[in-house]
Amino acid sequence: MKFFCFHLMAYADLDLSFIEKHPTAWTTLPNSYYDPEKGHRLYNRYLDELEYAEELGFDGVGVNEHHQTAYGMMPSPIVIASALMRRTSRIKIAILGSALPLRDHPLTLAEEHAMIDNITGGRLISGFVRGIGAEYHTFGSIPAFSHERFHEAHDLIIEAWTRPGPFAFEGKHYHFQYVNVWPRPYQKPHPPIWIPSQGSQETIDWAAHPKRKYTYLHTFSPLPAAAKYMQAYRDSAERQGYQSSPEQLGWAVPIYVGASDESARVEAKPHFEAFRNRFLKMPIEMLLPPGYTSVSSMQRMAAVKKSLTADITIESAMELGMILCGSAATVRDQLVEHQKMLGFNNLLTLLHFGTLPEELTRSNMELFAREVMPHLRPLGETGESADPAEPGETGAT
Amino acid sequence: MEQQRVTVTGCTLSLRRGGSGEPLLYLHGANGAPVELPFMTALAGDFDLLVPEHPGYGASDDPEWLDTIQDLAYFYLDFIKHLGLEGVHLAGSSMGGWIALEMAVRNTAAIRTLTLSAPAGIHLKGVPKGDLFMWSPEETLRNLLHDPQMAEDAIAAMPEGLEADPVFLKNRSTAAKLLWSPRLYNPHLYKWLHRIDVPTLIVWGREDKLLPVAYAEAFAKLIPGAETAILDHCGHLPYLEQAGRFVELLRGHVARETAGREKAGAAPKVNP
Repeated sequence: MKFFCFHLMAYADLDLSFIEKHPTAWTTLPNSYYDPEKGHRLYNRYLDELEYAEELGFDGVGVNEHHQTAYGMMPSPIVIASALMRRTSRIKIAILGSALPLRDHPLTLAEEHAMIDNITGGRLISGFVRGIGAEYHTFGSIPAFSHERFHEAHDLIIEAWTRPGPFAFEGKHYHFQYVNVWPRPYQKPHPPIWIPSQGSQETIDWAAHPKRKYTYLHTFSPLPAAAKYMQAYRDSAERQGYQSSPEQLGWAVPIYVGASDESARVEAKPHFEAFRNRFLKMPIEMLLPPGYTSVSSMQRMAAVKKSLTADITIESAMELGMILCGSAATVRDQLVEHQKMLGFNNLLTLLHFGTLPEELTRSNMELFAREVMPHLRPLGETGESADPAEPGETGAT
Repeated sequence: MEQQRVTVTGCTLSLRRGGSGEPLLYLHGANGAPVELPFMTALAGDFDLLVPEHPGYGASDDPEWLDTIQDLAYFYLDFIKHLGLEGVHLAGSSMGGWIALEMAVRNTAAIRTLTLSAPAGIHLKGVPKGDLFMWSPEETLRNLLHDPQMAEDAIAAMPEGLEADPVFLKNRSTAAKLLWSPRLYNPHLYKWLHRIDVPTLIVWGREDKLLPVAYAEAFAKLIPGAETAILDHCGHLPYLEQAGRFVELLRGHVARETAGREKAGAAPKVNP
C-alpha cells in the first residue's frame, strides 16, 4: 500500500462563533474573519507538516484547491506544490486536484503542472476535479456547463501533453489556435492522473475507461459508500474489458491515532466536529447549484439533504467509517479490514483536520507513520491481489 | 385552456392555448409555468392566449442547441412563423420579458405590442440584483412576493419533496444555463433596444427584490416611447401578486394600440 499525507490547510484560527451570524464558511463568509498574521503562521506550520511527511516515510503528499473559504487556504494548489517541490526530494506531490472547468484558460494548468513535473523530475500526480458547487457561485462559472467544460479541458490538457504542437484545439467552450505547451511534461506520456470524487457512476465509467485507467480517489464519505463506488470501479473496468488493479483505487479519510481509543476520541472530537460541522457546512443551494450534476444525481442528493447538512458527532462519524480514530492497534486493524473490503492501494490520510493543533497533528503523524504504516505496507501491492468482500447495503453521500 | 404539443425547429413544446381574439404569446419566467394561473384564465377571455413551456422546461424537450437566451429568441420567432401567427401581442415576465426583448430587437414584423413585466436583460452598475440561485424555495417566495402573508401561504402550499422533483430540477438547470453568467443580462442588448418599434409597456413592482425598480426607468429610457406602470406594494411577480391589475394594464395597453391603429386606419403592421 502507498501512503499519502493529505492536507486541506483549514484556517484553523477561525472564530467558530461565525456560525451564529453566517450560514457557512464558504463564498460569503466575510474575509475580515481572516487574520494575515495568523495565516502566515498557519501556512508555514502546514508546509512544515507536509515536509515532515517525507521524513516520516510517506510516499507522497496531497494538496487541493478551494476558493473563498476558511475550509482550506489553498485557492492555488500550484503555489503550495511549488513551495514543497524544492524542500522535498523523494515523495510524490499530488495535486488533488485542479478544478478544470473554473479556468477560462485551462492551458495554464497544462503549463503549471508540466513545470512542476519538470522541476521535480517526475514527482507530480495530477488530479482533475470540477470544483465544488460553491465555487461556481464564486467564479460565476455556469454550473450547467460544468461537465462539458471538465471534459473539454481534460482533453485539451492531455492533448497538449501528448500531441506534438503547435495544433489547434476546437471545442465548444475552449478554442485555441495554437496549442504548443512548453515545457512538455517530464513523465511519459504524462503525469499519472487521479480523479477525486464522492462517487458518481458517470465519473467512474469515464475514469476506468481502458484508454485512461485513471486512479479513482474516493473522498470523505461513509465507508459503505466508499465500498460501493470502489466496487463500481472494478465492475466498470470488467465491463470495459479488463481487470483493474488496486493501484487504480485510492481512499481519502481523516485519521487520528492516540495513545488509547478513549484518549484518541477525546483529543480528536472538537477538531473533527469543527471540520465537519463548521468548516464543511453549506446550504444545499451552494453545495449543489442547478445543473451541477444530472437530474437523477440531484434527486438522490435532495432526498438525503438532511444528512448532507445536519451536524454529526465524532462518535457517529466513527460508526459510519467517516473517520478512523483510536489507538494504533485499533486503526491498524480497521485499515486491514477496510483495505480488504475496499481493495485500494493508495491511502490518503487526512492527519490534520479542522482545528487540530500543531502538537496533536505531529503526534498523530508520528504514531501513524511509526505504528500503523509499516504493518500495512504489504497490503494491496501487486502480487497480493486484494480480495474485495461483498460490500453491504450502501447509503448515498 | 387546452394542453397541446407542437413541434418547432425539431423541438417539441408543451403549449397551453385558449380563448379567441388576437394572439397573445406569454413567455414565462425562470421558474416555469407548470399550471394555469388566474391571470391566464382572465386573459384567455380577450385573446387567443398561448403559453408555451420553454425548451428545457417542464414537459417540453431539452434540445441540444439550447445554450443562451438568444437561442430562445430565434426559436420563438420560428414558433410564431410556424404557427402562422400575425399581429402578436407579446408579453413576458422576468426571463420571459428578456426573451421578448431579444425577439423584438431582431424582428418585430409579426409583433404588435410588447408588455414586459420586470424583464431581465440589461445591467445597471451599482444596482445590486437578488441572487436567485442562493435562495432556497422558501426564501425565493419570500423574496419574490412583497405580501408576507401571500408568501407564507405559497410556502404552505409547496408540494412535499419539491427539491427532488425532476421537473423542478430540470427547470432550475435550464435557468442556470440561461441566466447564471452574465447574471440575468446580455451585455450587448442595451445597444440595440432603440430598434424596438412597437408600443411597449413596462410593468414593475416597486418592492421588487430580484430586479430593483430602478431598471424600469432604465428600460423606459432605452426603448423608444415605452410607457411604465409602477405598482405599489408589489414584488417581482405582478401577474401573481396583483393579477387583476396586471391583466387590466395589459388590456389597456393593447386597447390603446388598437385605438391608435383604427384611428390611423393603418393596415396591420404585418403587411406594411
